[in-house]
Amino acid sequence: MMIDINFVGLIITSIMASAVPLILASCGELITERSGVLNLGVEGMMIIGAISGFALMTVTGSLFIAVIGAMLAGILISTIFAFLTQTLITNHVATGLALTIFGIGISAMIGKNFVGIPGKEFPVLFESLKETIPFLSPILFGHSIVFYFAFALPFITNYFLKKTKIGLIIRAVGDSPVSASNQGINVKLVRYSCILYGGAMCGLAGAYLSMIYTPQWIENMTGGRGWIALALVVFSTWNPIKILIGAMIFGGLTIIQFHMQAVGVRIPVQFLTALPYIVTIVVLVVISRDSRKIRLSTPSSLGKSFYKDN
Amino acid sequence: MIKIVKRDQPSRTIFFLTPVLAIILTLFAGGLIFYILGFKPFEALKFFFIVPIADMYGFSELLLKATPLCLIAIGLSFCFKSNNWNIGAEGQLTFGAIVSGGVALLFYNQEGFYILPIVILAGAIGGMLYASIPAILKTYFNTNEILVSLMLVYVSKLILDYLVVGPWSNPEGFNFPETRQFSESARLPILFEGLRIHAGIFLALAAVVVSWFIFYKTYLGFQMKVSGFSLKTAKYAGYKGKKMIILVFLISGACAGLAGVGEITGPIGQLHREVSPDYGFTAIIVAFLGRLHPVGIIFASLIVAITYLGAETAQIFMQIPKYTGQVFQGMILFFLLASDYLLFFKIKFKGSKK
Repeated sequence: MMIDINFVGLIITSIMASAVPLILASCGELITERSGVLNLGVEGMMIIGAISGFALMTVTGSLFIAVIGAMLAGILISTIFAFLTQTLITNHVATGLALTIFGIGISAMIGKNFVGIPGKEFPVLFESLKETIPFLSPILFGHSIVFYFAFALPFITNYFLKKTKIGLIIRAVGDSPVSASNQGINVKLVRYSCILYGGAMCGLAGAYLSMIYTPQWIENMTGGRGWIALALVVFSTWNPIKILIGAMIFGGLTIIQFHMQAVGVRIPVQFLTALPYIVTIVVLVVISRDSRKIRLSTPSSLGKSFYKDN
Repeated sequence: MIKIVKRDQPSRTIFFLTPVLAIILTLFAGGLIFYILGFKPFEALKFFFIVPIADMYGFSELLLKATPLCLIAIGLSFCFKSNNWNIGAEGQLTFGAIVSGGVALLFYNQEGFYILPIVILAGAIGGMLYASIPAILKTYFNTNEILVSLMLVYVSKLILDYLVVGPWSNPEGFNFPETRQFSESARLPILFEGLRIHAGIFLALAAVVVSWFIFYKTYLGFQMKVSGFSLKTAKYAGYKGKKMIILVFLISGACAGLAGVGEITGPIGQLHREVSPDYGFTAIIVAFLGRLHPVGIIFASLIVAITYLGAETAQIFMQIPKYTGQVFQGMILFFLLASDYLLFFKIKFKGSKK
């Protein structure tokens, strides 16, 4: 059997495209968690980003405003989380869940008037180069700017955390807020910033879904991707580069369903759809089994509130 | 000038007052949202919270919706009290419904007093089996129970979907995604003619009594409380942590499974695609709003059940989207968590006496 090399290229491209929202959201959440905050509201922030981006695009007609607006919406809703967990010292898990429930509700409420409206075409870069090299060029060229940004983000995040002073401060706050605070670092400020940054990235991930990946608004269109993004952070053992690998695996699982159905493999659709969730569980088990390794790489103060008497 | 002082001890009065405060704040914020959407706030709130329960039918619907919420929340309170974050009750409910529905289908053409107890038991076992997955993975493989229990929700809904569309679909059902009707003997009896409230409410009430007893009168309840406050202390005291984790998950799975039984053997009497409108997630809010206290959970489940009914009424009469219910649920939890601040901190105004 001849394998069409361009077809393989196409599949890889579609896997990468479906990995984009996972990479964006996971890298955002990774920074948040590195500062010691566990925000379970990823799904809620993503869906808010999705509707905000789509609504702004429809209303203003400007893709630029829509993308920026989606990130701002992510920031706005994560501010609620930041205020509650940092200023009012609430439980991270419960607050994150509330954020998700609230986000799904609000997005459906806003989205009521945007159901069934067709999306806009999102401009792609380097389209003229798409035909130059077989196999490679469809993978490399002709994608949206968000796509390129997403694949650069793990490397940027890695550099940022390991080589910059701010990155060091974030890690210090996450590993030992008390000693960071004694060093004169404003723990609250750092954590606020990291939560808002996570919100922005989740907003962008949502906007990618509703504006680029499947350009339309569907209720609940994130469909659990936010939770998979959270699992990816654990999977990566808080290492941004591994997020890239994980996101490609999960992107692959999503894409495989479509192709297996197309080829006519006789497996129930529901089983294929359940595959990413089941694999997530299996992967989590394999990763977490080594409790020592998990303990070493988890930010020590993850999910714990920090309160300073003053 | 306002000064914030840490309390030496959390205030007990405020512990029970903050849920009330949270509800009042939610009503305010809800009114504001309605106003922004262009509705008259008071009228909208009336349609949301008063009209739906103004008659007997409405009241029965309220109890119908509060029953699963109360049951699941009671189960969850076991987990939350002992610091186990089971957020997959929706999946345990669904799987409980699948198992009990499967058993009920075995008896579809039979009658007999023994059928209903078997069906109920099957639901509880189904919920327990499903809850045991995150519990075992947590205890023996150190896996995060939040993510596992949540992923399993999606899986359970897909299993249900597969069954009702495929192997279990009604042979005479014109390919509708639903099973045969269960026999009368597999149904929880309806309590009042013309209303939908069914005997499942007694399961919920029994759960309330039993859980109260366990929490406050047994050694297990005490162990859970200690583990909730400090895992280190619990370890130091020599409590068997692993056994307890599995036990609380099983209890909470059984409760969710029973809620699933109520949903399918009550007024509906068959398995279909949408067994639960996210009761499993909403019950998390109910558990917190009820302060993880059995009696508190009764009140909380009634209040949160109104958001379901209100959302439906508001949609019919005012074209307010039904998701407003979820917005209210999210807000209640936000405000509740926020007002907990008052538990640990006092707000002092300058000039006031110490």
